[in-house]
Amino acid sequence: MIEARGLTKRYGSTLAVDDLSFTVEPGQVTGFLGPNGAGKSTTMRLILGLDRPTAGEVTLDGKHYRQLHDPLRMVGALLDAKWTHPNRSARSHLRWLARSNKIARKRVDEVLELVGLTAVADKRAGQFSLGMAQRLGIAGALLGDPRVLMFDEPVNGLDPEGIVWIRRFMQARAAEGRTVFVSSHLLSEMSLTADHLVVIGRGRLIAQCTTQEFVERASQASVRVRGRNLDALSRALADAGYQTQFTEEALTVPGATTDEVGELAAAHGAVLHELTAQRGSLEEAFMQLTKEDVEYHARGLDVAGTDGTRQVDTVVAQEVTK
Amino acid sequence: MTLLAVERIKLFSTRSPWWCLALTAVLMLGLSALIAGLASTAELSLATSLAGRGFALMVLLVMAAIAITNEYRFGTIRATFTAVPNRTAVLLAKTVVVALVVGIAGEVLALGAYGIPQLIEPNADLVANTSDEWRFVLGIGPVYALSAVIAIAVGVLVRQTAAAISILLVWVLLVENLVVLIPRVGDDIRSWMPWVASDHFLTAGTGVPGGEGGGFPGELPYGPWGGLAYFAGIAVALLVIALVVAERRDA
Repeated sequence: MIEARGLTKRYGSTLAVDDLSFTVEPGQVTGFLGPNGAGKSTTMRLILGLDRPTAGEVTLDGKHYRQLHDPLRMVGALLDAKWTHPNRSARSHLRWLARSNKIARKRVDEVLELVGLTAVADKRAGQFSLGMAQRLGIAGALLGDPRVLMFDEPVNGLDPEGIVWIRRFMQARAAEGRTVFVSSHLLSEMSLTADHLVVIGRGRLIAQCTTQEFVERASQASVRVRGRNLDALSRALADAGYQTQFTEEALTVPGATTDEVGELAAAHGAVLHELTAQRGSLEEAFMQLTKEDVEYHARGLDVAGTDGTRQVDTVVAQEVTK
Repeated sequence: MTLLAVERIKLFSTRSPWWCLALTAVLMLGLSALIAGLASTAELSLATSLAGRGFALMVLLVMAAIAITNEYRFGTIRATFTAVPNRTAVLLAKTVVVALVVGIAGEVLALGAYGIPQLIEPNADLVANTSDEWRFVLGIGPVYALSAVIAIAVGVLVRQTAAAISILLVWVLLVENLVVLIPRVGDDIRSWMPWVASDHFLTAGTGVPGGEGGGFPGELPYGPWGGLAYFAGIAVALLVIALVVAERRDA
C-alpha cells in the first residue's frame, strides 16, 4: 500500500506537487492520471526517495522508501527505461541490480525469460529499441518479486502487442494481491488497465475514485438541439434546472435526455431541426476536468479563420503562470 | 562487501575502464622502454624510468571521474539509489573500488616501468638503492589511489563528465603551476597545492625535480610523508563534502 499525505515538492519557484494526499491499495491496478507536467513523475520520484519532499510524506506499507532494507524486494519501479548504461549488456545491468539486493543470480535469467529478452540478454542496452528498453526496465522492476509495482508511462514506445502484454501483465500482478501503481496521460489507456484512479493536474489532486465512476462522471451525457425560437426553450430548460450553452447555432444541454428536451420544446412551441443525444469522448471529458490544471497550453491552435476554416497559428507552448 | 561487488560489476561491465587501463599501461611502460632504448646510459635515471607517471595520472583521473559522472549522465545513479537508498554507502563503495583498481594498476605499472629499463640497459644506474628511491617507485600506487578519490569527489559534486574532467586537468596541468605567477605569495600557495604535495612525497630526496611540469624551486614546509598526509587529507575532505552533498541533493 502506498500512502501520500500532504505531499509537496517545490523546485525553485515551480510547485511541482502541491499538498497531494492519496492511497494506493493492493490487489488492484491504480492508474495515476494527469496531463503532461502534472507532477506524476515527480510524485513517483518522491515515493522512491530520489527527491526529498518540501513538505508532507509518502510511505510504503508504513515505511519511508529510504528506510527499506533491500528495497527491490518490496518495491519494483520503472521510472525511465533509459536508466541503463548504453555499453552495458542487459544481463550485466540486471546482475548488478540483483547483487545489490542479495537476489539470487538465477533470478536474472528468470526475469529475462519473463519479459522475452533472453535472446538479446548479452547485447548492449544502448542498442535496444525503446520497446526492448521498456521490457528491460520491467525485468529490473520484477527482480525482487516485489509486493509493490510502480510504472511511469510504461506503454510509451511499445507496439500494440507490447501494450496488450503489459496491460495483462499489470492486471495479473494485481490479481495476485500486489499493489500496482501506473501513471499515464491517456485516459483511454487507463480506462482499459486500471480499476482505480488517482487523477492530478498541476500537482494537485483532482479525483480519487474507481475508473468507472470517473468515466461516468467525466463523460456526462448531453443533448444537442438546433431549431428556431430556441431562446424560449433555453429559458424553459433553465427553469427546469438545466444549464444550457449556445454553441455554433446549437443549444447544448448537459445532463438532460432527448425525451425531456423534446417535451419542453413542444410545450413552448419551439421548432426543432435537430435533437441529438451526445456522449462526450473520454479524452474530451478528461480535458474538461483538467483544463484549468494543464501546465502547458498550446497557444494559437483554436483561432478560427475568417473563411470558416481553422487556422493554425504558430504554436507557442507557454507556461501558464498561476 | 555486497556493495563492493556491485560496483566491481558496474565498473568492469563497461568498456571505458579497460581502455583507460590499457592506455595507462602503454604510457607508463612504453615511455619508460622508449627512453631506455633511445637515451645514452648516462642520461638514464629513476626519473626517466618513471617518466610516464604524469601522463598515466591524467588518464586515470579521467577514468575515475567518468566512473561516477557516467552514472549521472545515463541515469544509472537513480537506478542505483533506488536499489540502495543509503547513498553514502554506495558512493563510498564506488570510491573504494575505483581507488583500489587505480592504485593497484598504478603500483603494478610503476614496478614494470622500473624494471623494464633495467633489462634494456643493464649497465645504467637504474636500481633503487635508498629508501627515498623506493618511496618514489612504490609511492605511485597510493598517490594514484588518492588522486582517484579526488576525481570521484569532483565527479559527484559537478555530475558532468566534461565539467569534471576539465576541472581536474586544468587544475593539475595549469593551476598548480601557474599560481607561482602571483607576486609574493605565489610560491607559498604553490607549496600547498595537492599534487605538488603528492609529488614531493614521491620525489623528495631522489634528486628528481618535483612537481608536474618539473622544476619546483625552494623548500617545502613539510617532509615527504607530511606531503602524503596532506594530500590524503585533501582527498578525504573533498570526499566528505561530496558525500554530504549527494545525501541531501535530489538525485
